[in-house]
Amino acid sequence: MQLTNRSKVVSKKEMTLVERMYLPAIFSGMLITLSHFFKRKPTIKYPEQKREFSGVYRGQHVLKRDEKGAERCTACGLCAVACPAEAITMTAAERKPGEENLYREEKYAAKYEINMLRCIFCGDCEEACPKEAIFLTDRQVNVYGQRKSFVYGKDILVEPKDNPIDLSKRQSAAVKEFKTHQEFGHNQTFDKNRKVKVGGHH
Amino acid sequence: MAFTTYFIYKAILVLAVFAITLLVATYSTYAERKIAAFLQDRVGPDRAGPFGILQPLADAVKMFMKEEMIPSVSNKWLFILGPSLAMLTACLTGVVIPWGKSLFIDGQEFSLQITDLNIGVLYLFSVVSMGVYGIMIGGWASNNKYSLLGGIRASSQMISYEVAMGLSIIALVMTTGTLSMKEIAAQQHGWHWNVLVQPLGCLIFIICAFAETNRAPFDLPECETELVGGYHTEYSSMKLGFFLFAEYINMFISSAVISTFYFGGYNMPFIGRWVHDPNMLAILGVVFLFVKISFFIFFFMWVRWTLPRFRYDQLMNLGWKILIPLSILNIVITGAVSMRVEILEFFTK
Repeated sequence: MQLTNRSKVVSKKEMTLVERMYLPAIFSGMLITLSHFFKRKPTIKYPEQKREFSGVYRGQHVLKRDEKGAERCTACGLCAVACPAEAITMTAAERKPGEENLYREEKYAAKYEINMLRCIFCGDCEEACPKEAIFLTDRQVNVYGQRKSFVYGKDILVEPKDNPIDLSKRQSAAVKEFKTHQEFGHNQTFDKNRKVKVGGHH
Repeated sequence: MAFTTYFIYKAILVLAVFAITLLVATYSTYAERKIAAFLQDRVGPDRAGPFGILQPLADAVKMFMKEEMIPSVSNKWLFILGPSLAMLTACLTGVVIPWGKSLFIDGQEFSLQITDLNIGVLYLFSVVSMGVYGIMIGGWASNNKYSLLGGIRASSQMISYEVAMGLSIIALVMTTGTLSMKEIAAQQHGWHWNVLVQPLGCLIFIICAFAETNRAPFDLPECETELVGGYHTEYSSMKLGFFLFAEYINMFISSAVISTFYFGGYNMPFIGRWVHDPNMLAILGVVFLFVKISFFIFFFMWVRWTLPRFRYDQLMNLGWKILIPLSILNIVITGAVSMRVEILEFFTK
């Protein structure tokens, strides 16, 4: 069966004298390598130069805060359920009076851990999150010498108050629109008629 | 010339040639990696110093720091003798190469050749053929099948190609009429480069030089794809470094020999029109020789990173069935051309 047209018929003809001398072939081969000598090198010298990531690159997670600086996560556990690598664990706690500026809703995640060695950066947690709390960013996970260092807790995951992580490329209007179509999601059985409300406040 | 002056001058010359040989060999390793990288669209080592210029230093430190292993089943003395001999013979060849014309200081002549043997070419060949012992002994003493195979390959390859190399040089000796390297270099002033007189001989000599230095496409003795590392499989640390280093020294010397035999040595056409001071000419001659050597070192590497390795039977076919008949043909043609008057007379008599 022929799959492509790329195959060539092998010819076993006797080589001519010029071909048997090999020198012309060697010469043309050396010209080819020499032409590569002067080509621009595609190398990116990593620590100094970094490849520009796509705006929707799926790297290290962030736990977002809302406009007032309160954590959006309510520890519902949907991300942990959606996670195919079982990388996410959390402990929920109840918000006490006076903590309204810390946590947006009555329930919050007292402990929230992602094991970066287990994580496959599929983005399903982001898709599952009903509170727009967890996102993957274009940052890369660090390198460590010990396994336990890869278990990221809230101290690393929650975005700093004074330095919010920019998600404008990830959260463009087109992306938001796309997210309303649950039938495009790749991890869940869905009801075609059901439309989820995204970004809605409670 | 007073004895002390003579002694000091020779000592300086010997040390300078030795130092330059080592320096060039050191930076050949760097050049090899850079050229390989560039020919393969990569950047190559660029971390140690600007453009990775200190890479050979880092490599040397690494080599020295590595654990020294001598296999318990090996023949210890031969095991040590192997790389020493390889290094020794590699360094010996620089003695007869004319690095430039003579310098004249206070009316005294200082030749830039360590010693002008009247049989310089023979000396060169005898030392080069000694070089195979280092590899053979190293391969044998390791008591390892891969090493032994590498050593056997090295010896058969070098002996085969020495024949063709010697025959190609005989044709050169026929045209130049001398075995002294100094004379051969001096005869090629202006455009009288031997490559124009002996193009076929030059080609054969270059091919054989590749085989003699165990460079690709003739690197069967150490071919890493079949024999792990060939004759240096069991070597580590600086003994391995010596073997690798000897290869680069050989490459440097071969480039110098090719330049001296066929490409005018320290001569550069037309330079006599602008520069008249003999000392200046001598120094420029050294520069020209090193430009030619650099080109041939580049050529060696360029070929290595272009051509695949020969198969063993192809190697022997090329050596015995093609290069040797061709070099004999070259001798016959050279003889016929140089005797053309007598031959014409014979037939027209």
